[in-house]
Amino acid sequence: MKRRDFIRKSAAAAAFTGAAISLPFGSKLFSSPSHPYNPSNPSPFDLVAIKGGEVEAMFDQAIAAMGGMQAFVKKGQKVVVKPNIGWDVSPERAGNTNPALVKRIVRHCLDAGAKEVYVFDNTCDKWDRCYATSGIEQAVKDAGGKLAPGNTENYYQEVQIPNGKKLKSTKVHELILDSDVFINVPVLKSHGSARLTISMKNLMGVVWDRGWWHRNDLNQCIADYATYMKKPTLNIIDAYRVMMKNGPRGVSEADVSLMKSLIISPDMVAADAAATKMFGISPDDVPYIGIADSMGIGSMALDKLNVHRIIL
Amino acid sequence: MHKGRLKRLRVILSLLFFAVLALLFLDFTGRIYGKASHLFLHLQFVPSLVQFAGTLSLAALGFAFIIILTLLFGRIYCSSFCPLGTLQDIVIYLSKKIKRKRRIFKFKKPSYRLHYGILALVVLSLLTGSILLVNLLDPYSAFGKIFANLFRPLVVAVNNLISIGLSYADIYSVPRIKWVPVNIAALFLSLAWLILVVYLSVRRGRIYCNTVCPVGALLGLFARFSLFRIVLDKTKCNSCGKCSAVCKAECINPKDQSVDFSRCVGCMNCLSPCPDKGVKIRPFWVKDTVQVFEFDAGKRDFFKKSGLVVVGVFAGSKVFSEEKEKEVIKATVPVVRQFPVTPPGAESQERFNKLCTACHLCVSACPTHVLQPTYFLYGMTGFLQPRMDYITSFCNFDCVLCGEVCPTGAILNITTEEKKRIQLGKSYFIKENCVVYTHNTACGACSEHCPTKAVQMVPYKDKLTIPEVNNTICVGCGACEYACPTDPKSIYVDGNPIHLVAEKPPEIRIEEKIDYKEEFPF
Repeated sequence: MKRRDFIRKSAAAAAFTGAAISLPFGSKLFSSPSHPYNPSNPSPFDLVAIKGGEVEAMFDQAIAAMGGMQAFVKKGQKVVVKPNIGWDVSPERAGNTNPALVKRIVRHCLDAGAKEVYVFDNTCDKWDRCYATSGIEQAVKDAGGKLAPGNTENYYQEVQIPNGKKLKSTKVHELILDSDVFINVPVLKSHGSARLTISMKNLMGVVWDRGWWHRNDLNQCIADYATYMKKPTLNIIDAYRVMMKNGPRGVSEADVSLMKSLIISPDMVAADAAATKMFGISPDDVPYIGIADSMGIGSMALDKLNVHRIIL
Repeated sequence: MHKGRLKRLRVILSLLFFAVLALLFLDFTGRIYGKASHLFLHLQFVPSLVQFAGTLSLAALGFAFIIILTLLFGRIYCSSFCPLGTLQDIVIYLSKKIKRKRRIFKFKKPSYRLHYGILALVVLSLLTGSILLVNLLDPYSAFGKIFANLFRPLVVAVNNLISIGLSYADIYSVPRIKWVPVNIAALFLSLAWLILVVYLSVRRGRIYCNTVCPVGALLGLFARFSLFRIVLDKTKCNSCGKCSAVCKAECINPKDQSVDFSRCVGCMNCLSPCPDKGVKIRPFWVKDTVQVFEFDAGKRDFFKKSGLVVVGVFAGSKVFSEEKEKEVIKATVPVVRQFPVTPPGAESQERFNKLCTACHLCVSACPTHVLQPTYFLYGMTGFLQPRMDYITSFCNFDCVLCGEVCPTGAILNITTEEKKRIQLGKSYFIKENCVVYTHNTACGACSEHCPTKAVQMVPYKDKLTIPEVNNTICVGCGACEYACPTDPKSIYVDGNPIHLVAEKPPEIRIEEKIDYKEEFPF
């Protein structure tokens, strides 16, 4: 090959590669990330709490009380389910959302007519090991959903958080931005940094740079992100097995208490406040709940809400 | 056996070894490493020898098998098992295809001085306790470095581009691989080595194996005493040179009708072309013993080449002096580590430094990419040996893959339960750098990620909590350091030069009688 030819060809190759990379990126950047979306709650209740049963039975009853999954998921919609899959630990350790619950939720979404149901988390331990060990990979496959990774930065796109006090912008997983319905499925756990991790804290798993939050007033950032317009349609809190100490990773099964409970609410603040009480402490002990309440993200005044309680 | 079949067998074997080993280094799914791969790793001469020397394990007798094979049939290793040898064969084959003409080799005089000089240097350095020259010159490890540092990033890049493309079609079944900055010294060394090997093989066939490779030199010494050898039958040979023309080792002298079997790489190419069936494999005592050639070859050559290596190494050292610099940019209190952290199963830094040939298989296999080659944290002799890089990543608590793949026993194959107790290093908290102290805001990322809760959040002031380290249960996995959001880090792991055993974290069971019929607390 002549030198000139070589240069010409490599330049062409570079241009092609550049175009190939930038084009799809560009198109994604220009299309606005999502339709503004604020669920007008179709359910008769603000919050449903249930306890005393097995995972599947509790979810079936609770979602039925909320009006059924079809009240939240319409035919042909794209659904993203975001459990906590942060750790490479078995379901018995309660470090991750119960796989049986995830399976049931995916199933309900598909039955309600969802076109696709994606499940992902930005994990703490090695992501594929977390997916496998947590049992969630198998559960999602069995239910007919699709797993998506969140392990590299280019899955995430920069969004503005206009109402954030500290957190003004952050990178969010494209599935959150592209989906019609977003179902947040945290597991209730003790947490070394935030006291408890529940719904709002679980959203740290849809963003890329968590370190920034930790450096810049963690509790404020958690509340700030909860102001972002793409809010969960539903928050389904898994409190079947609950890690009472050593969270969020836990050390052994000795940290776990069998609480056999579940909470569903479209309101993250209400859901988190209820879960906090279930855990045995007060919402005031979990700083970001109070901050979120005062910012108007939701309500921690459970006595003023329409709460439905079921004991099996 | 028909002569052509011997060559075919060699080609199949070599491609099999090449493919399996290449796959091991390129695999980014973490699903290929298995027990079967050890069959191929055990038959790599240097790793097997090192493993035997280090562990006295009988499973590590692959090198002995190769020596016996050499004493029987010559340097079979060089053309059947050695992946760097096969890489050269592939280059030779491709260069023939590209040039579209028959490649004609000619007999060349040997460069014994250079070759045995290098072998002597390697042995000498080993005797002084440095494995550095082995790490640079062992053909398997050189192959490993080339694949791990040059080809693997390419494969990962292609995978990631495909994955990005697919995600626009809402297909997420091809996961992306975290892009870890390549170690520049390893990159350039591998590139230089690849260029050297390719250049030499295009120009002179297997000249690398007969001038540079210490394994080639050592096996060549054994081959001088081989039972069966390739010889030219003087009663049949008419010195036509057809055998010599296909000899990549350039070791058949048709004029003298002799074969320098110490340089023969056992490719069997010469067996078929002879129109008079004069190229034979037969026991040495039958006739025409191997001729030994004069010692004359290039001193100059030797100095030129060894100079090149030395210059390369020092250039590397100057440009990339040390990565510690990166940690002290906006220092309030800089992190100063006394010892690098060695992987679980290494037992001690000294042992690890002696046994690791820097093939980078563990670097390729490590799921979290915490194992990264170091420049000079281990000193000169540990150049490019991997260490636990907690700035880049952390060690996944339940993972023991590095020990499973390590072919030299530098990282022992330990069980997960053993691993969970091995203390690679201890954690140290630097309060002055911590967000809780500097900003008066909550953090606790270190404690969150700690698998044993050696880092606990304890009451600080107001409602804030601050980390406290309990090194009796710390395993030194680096999860705390990796998660720590400050720069410089507020918590870091300093290596244990000799690994210790951590205590088991206490398990205090939650004592709770839950009444499921009791009313909700809200």
